[in-house]
Amino acid sequence: MDLKFSEEHEGFRKQVQAFLKEHKATAPTMKAVNGTSAAPTPEVKRWQKILIENGYTARTIPKEYGGYGGEADLIKGLIIQEEFIAADVSTGLTGQGISMLVPTLLELGTEEQKQKWVGPTIRGEVVWCQGYSEPGAGSDLASLKTKAVVEGDQFVINGQKIWTSSAHFSDMCFILVRTEPDAPKHHGISYLLMPMTTPGIEVRPLVTITGDAMFNEMFLTDVKIGVDQIVDQRGKGWMVANATLKHERGMIGNPAQTEANLNALMKLMKAETCDGIRAVDMPVYRDRLMRLQGRLLGLKLHSLRLLSDDLNGKAPDHGGLIVKYSSAYLNHEVYSLGIDVMGELGTLYNGDAYQSELDWQKMYLGSFAGIIGGGTAQIQKNVISERGLGMPREPRVTLDNKGWAMM
Amino acid sequence: MNFGLSDEQGLLQDAIRGFLEEQTPLDSIREFAADGNGLQAEIWQGLIELGATGVIIPEQFGGSALGMFDATVIMEAIGRTVAPVPYISTAVLAPIALLGSGSDAQQQDWLNKISAGDVMFGVGLTEATGVRRDAGLKLVGSKLSGKALFVIDGLKADQLILAVGSDTLVMVDANAMGLTRNRLNVSDKTRGMAEVLLDQADCELIGAAGSAAQTISKMIDAGRIGLAAESFGAAEILLYRARDYALERNQFERPIGSFQSIKHLCAEMISDLEPCRSLIWYAAYAYDELPEEASLMACHAKANTQEVGKMVARSATEIHGGMGFTDLMGLHYWLKRIELNRQLLGGPEATREAAARLQGLVA
Repeated sequence: MDLKFSEEHEGFRKQVQAFLKEHKATAPTMKAVNGTSAAPTPEVKRWQKILIENGYTARTIPKEYGGYGGEADLIKGLIIQEEFIAADVSTGLTGQGISMLVPTLLELGTEEQKQKWVGPTIRGEVVWCQGYSEPGAGSDLASLKTKAVVEGDQFVINGQKIWTSSAHFSDMCFILVRTEPDAPKHHGISYLLMPMTTPGIEVRPLVTITGDAMFNEMFLTDVKIGVDQIVDQRGKGWMVANATLKHERGMIGNPAQTEANLNALMKLMKAETCDGIRAVDMPVYRDRLMRLQGRLLGLKLHSLRLLSDDLNGKAPDHGGLIVKYSSAYLNHEVYSLGIDVMGELGTLYNGDAYQSELDWQKMYLGSFAGIIGGGTAQIQKNVISERGLGMPREPRVTLDNKGWAMM
Repeated sequence: MNFGLSDEQGLLQDAIRGFLEEQTPLDSIREFAADGNGLQAEIWQGLIELGATGVIIPEQFGGSALGMFDATVIMEAIGRTVAPVPYISTAVLAPIALLGSGSDAQQQDWLNKISAGDVMFGVGLTEATGVRRDAGLKLVGSKLSGKALFVIDGLKADQLILAVGSDTLVMVDANAMGLTRNRLNVSDKTRGMAEVLLDQADCELIGAAGSAAQTISKMIDAGRIGLAAESFGAAEILLYRARDYALERNQFERPIGSFQSIKHLCAEMISDLEPCRSLIWYAAYAYDELPEEASLMACHAKANTQEVGKMVARSATEIHGGMGFTDLMGLHYWLKRIELNRQLLGGPEATREAAARLQGLVA
């Protein structure tokens, strides 16, 4: 066990701290950038530009595509995360275009696609949404039915997508469509790049339990885009999408963020009183806080273990599969305790005068997205047991006219 | 950076695990549990020959001067096999007591004996971690009277180290005049827990009276980390035994491991258990390298691992169905080790409260 960082990395940490000290006053907070569902403001774009120039975001994206062009260095990445979160300064834009499309294009896109999309996307000039899920294709995404047929030099797309977050202000959509209806379901899908201004796209906001329209439904009627607007080949879309999902699974579940939430909870418990007694002075609440802290420490150190394994070239084990699943519930419980220590006040949200500094109710409601999005907790448990523990898949069943039957 | 075992520690782990696994088939666990003394002499001897008793002892006293991290690797292997050996008391807690507060002569004498495997210690810390019923010790000069409960590995030990209050440590010969020890009938028969009755028994102070608070606190930290490592090892075995059983056992013409109800239980077990490994490793590392973090990490490592260990023990037993409830499968030895460890040196509620106190959260 050796957790000492090299001198180079300690120097890098000082550099990051100095940068934060210099810019803290004018920098947007974490929440100002990531807590909104609106297009990036000029202010956020200005900050994004500064971050890219200094290598604090888009760090490993090559210079020729508009990135910083730094070498992949997991420890520097960790240091950036830690220091920015500690200072409550935004680490920059994290939309689906940046976190999912960009890595996918860098891996599988043509030179022209990389040139055209990577730079504007990381600068926040082009905002993307993800057109994956459909009303009938959620956990079983590969059964998607939205189809695209080729007419001349165009794909003509018809169908319906759901859970397309940020579609109402996106410029582009990376979308999965069925192009080869006769192929087996995983081999009939293509991954297309669709401008949101194309005629035939109707976006309807989907109001969620938070009261906001974080998501949308998207209806596609004879939407025409060029046949060259495809990533990789026809019928290879499932493989392309999996490259993207890999990035999404890594993205959801950040122990540093959970730690910031837990610290905020501790602060709340020292301030909030009932009958004049602080929450932290009530043993039942205090015990719940300590339980969550223990679990958080476990997950945080677990993530450090995974990073270290990655760094030292160890083959990934089941450890990576559990992070998203465990963090989602942990976040949910941290917010739950925040509400409980406030009692009735905890039910207030959206700027009520009696609220505390943070909107615990809204964060709590929002945390369901972490449990369900990017593969529900139940799907995660299937993956963990199958890939992590080598257990068999559930046999398929089919409904015939006599009842359910195994296939 | 390396968050994990060094190459040498990997070799140590392989050697200890290999030895213990070979020595502890279920039949033999059942046999040595029958007498309830918590000692299997051949296994203890084997560990001594592998150098396991000297890992935290400096070289000048015959040890290998490794650290708590290495001891933790060994404790995890002991938990995997529920080996009945007085390791935590003799090789972890006693050396910490002697190194922290012992005189030169005491160190010279006893640490060399521990390294060489010539002595077994029992350790009682309940005066500092929680007094039950009418337990209580009284020291007058060098005469010790009263009752100590739950002296860890105390049944077969040659020497006992006991906390008197939370700031004084004494050592007493287990065969001293005025000392009686009785077996406590704990459900875990693989560890010898003792009731020790003292009536004017001669004892030796380890450090001056009232001077050992810091040493006792270090013993508690190390003990919590070690017990957590044992429970982790035991829980990991239970998890994989449940998985294996679920793949073998057929009902409704298919392995029960293909039912999502069983798969999800297994997924929950591993998801909750895996982070405990990193937490325990880090706590042990903090004990060796970051003393200001050690107590807090020890509290959380113990509390969290014991909560998860209990859940894993229950789920693994459930997955075995009726067989899990029988002695035939022997799963209960691991379950009972986890249950005993949960309570020793402070249960989860007590260790979480200690964690809160360390952070200034208790008024």
